Amino acid sequence: MMGGPLEPLFDVEEMELSFGPQHPSTHGVLRVMLKLDGEKIMDAKPIIGYLHRGTEKLFETEPFPQCIPHTDRLDYVAAATNNQGFVVTMEKLLGITIPPRAAYIRMILAELGRISSHLVWLATHAIDLGAITPFFYNFREREEILDLFEAYCGARLTLNTMRVGGVPFELPDGWVDQCSDFIDRFPKHVDEYEQLLTGNRIWKRRTIGIGVISAEEAIEMGLTGPPLRGSGVKWDIRKVFPYDHYDEIDFEIPVGSNGDTYDRYLVRMQEMRQSARIIRQCLDRLPEGPVMAKVPKVLRSPEGMVYASVEGPKGELGYFIVATPKGTTPYRCHVRPPSFINLQALPEMVQGLLVADLVAVIGTLDIVLGEIDR
Amino acid sequence: MTDEKNTPKPEDQAAAPAQPEAKPPWLDKPVTPEHADAMDDPDVAALAAGVEGAVLSADAFAGELTITIDPAKLVDACRFLKKERGFKFLVDMTAVDWPEREEGRFDVIYWMHRFDDSRRIRLRIVAGEEQSVPTVTGVWKTSNWMEREVYDMFGIVFDGHPNLERILLWEGFNGHPLRKDFPVEGIDTGAAVQPDVYPEGGGPLTEEEGGA
Repeated sequence: MMGGPLEPLFDVEEMELSFGPQHPSTHGVLRVMLKLDGEKIMDAKPIIGYLHRGTEKLFETEPFPQCIPHTDRLDYVAAATNNQGFVVTMEKLLGITIPPRAAYIRMILAELGRISSHLVWLATHAIDLGAITPFFYNFREREEILDLFEAYCGARLTLNTMRVGGVPFELPDGWVDQCSDFIDRFPKHVDEYEQLLTGNRIWKRRTIGIGVISAEEAIEMGLTGPPLRGSGVKWDIRKVFPYDHYDEIDFEIPVGSNGDTYDRYLVRMQEMRQSARIIRQCLDRLPEGPVMAKVPKVLRSPEGMVYASVEGPKGELGYFIVATPKGTTPYRCHVRPPSFINLQALPEMVQGLLVADLVAVIGTLDIVLGEIDR
Repeated sequence: MTDEKNTPKPEDQAAAPAQPEAKPPWLDKPVTPEHADAMDDPDVAALAAGVEGAVLSADAFAGELTITIDPAKLVDACRFLKKERGFKFLVDMTAVDWPEREEGRFDVIYWMHRFDDSRRIRLRIVAGEEQSVPTVTGVWKTSNWMEREVYDMFGIVFDGHPNLERILLWEGFNGHPLRKDFPVEGIDTGAAVQPDVYPEGGGPLTEEEGGA
């Protein structure tokens, strides 16, 4: 699949096709310039940047706490992990320890965000491959998660729900019961989705052996998250560099073996179950106490550079902050967006496949253009 | 809360040794991380021995290791770290602009990961405004897009890069937005696209300077 030039099937001229940026299957404003021989992809070149907003430049103009709302707009289907990445990095820079209750609330919110992101992924990925039904089931559960977010912080998507030093609010009355009720039901819903897809012959024909990437190649291309784990590399930031209190939680890292679209599908389905398991444990053990550490009113940084990352739903989401002595804004804040780096592997993964399979591979990489273009 | 404000000073603690009880760390003052020299770190020592003259200094801060290396030795150092020290995974790379600095305007920063013991290190090179930086695409394939992004945002040229084009901005864009002298409010790019429709303004370059 990888490597040398492909032999043309027929004696016809190569055709160029501009796929996107308005095509619904590109999940945003992604454009792919394809070179086609009939329907076979000879070469694919992703063209990105249609959603560039200069987020990294804007970070440099905002005081540290005001950077957090900008992070919501990177991976806009999983804002909680974006917030978490930024505040974890800031806490590392300032040397702040957060109260355990805040860490547990953060983990609950982040895992709810991961589930909702995976639900959006599954819904759109399945629709792209012709399975419309899962969409309605997925969005039913996603709605409940968004209601939980709304009950907690008032927003449904752009949450802005974490602060340097903890979380802004105590959980509202009844929230724990509402969340607990949802989490108890959720694994059964995952069974429903799996019933529709996992053994489905059409689904398997569309995904098995499509977009294969080996473990070595995945590491070389810098893949992280489910695309890396689908190739059999057991690697998760929550286990490798535990942040918040993930080291106290018992959960598994699901991995695939073949590195194809079907394995990545299975990995994400398992991850949703694991996220539910994490939330269950967090709710059971939710410690008492304050939700904010004692932090100065104005955050002033020491000189230096720090990098910290969290396991976002798409992969390793890292923030790199360069700070000046007594600075109140980041001198430079770079985001390591998992989607941007995962998307780079697209041309290699689709070479020799059919145009319809391109849609499968774009879906399986689970990209979000807000994060790619920043 | 008043108790916390009147935290006893160290002298008071000596006078009354029984108290106060140790406060939980989230109620205490933040512990600001300190810089420390890290030249004796095993990876730094190995790199200094393996690629002669590569390591200029090493700094440990907040549990992270930053090695400043000679730009001329960058590719050798990266190849050494990947082949001999097991840093197979390039996590990310970026640049920082320090327009006033004498030793060179840009920091180009790479950080890499070793799976065996989950170790991360960071390489930093200093590049002048007109100075190009050797590409590491021959070492890690993933650096291709990262270098294009740095080129796009900072205008740093990577020698030997297979396809050094803008990646997030469009080809005709004038300027490199993450440089400190680029205005946050942006520039008038309309004139660059349709000079007949938008004759005035026209971005940072005037017509005499060769702009649109």
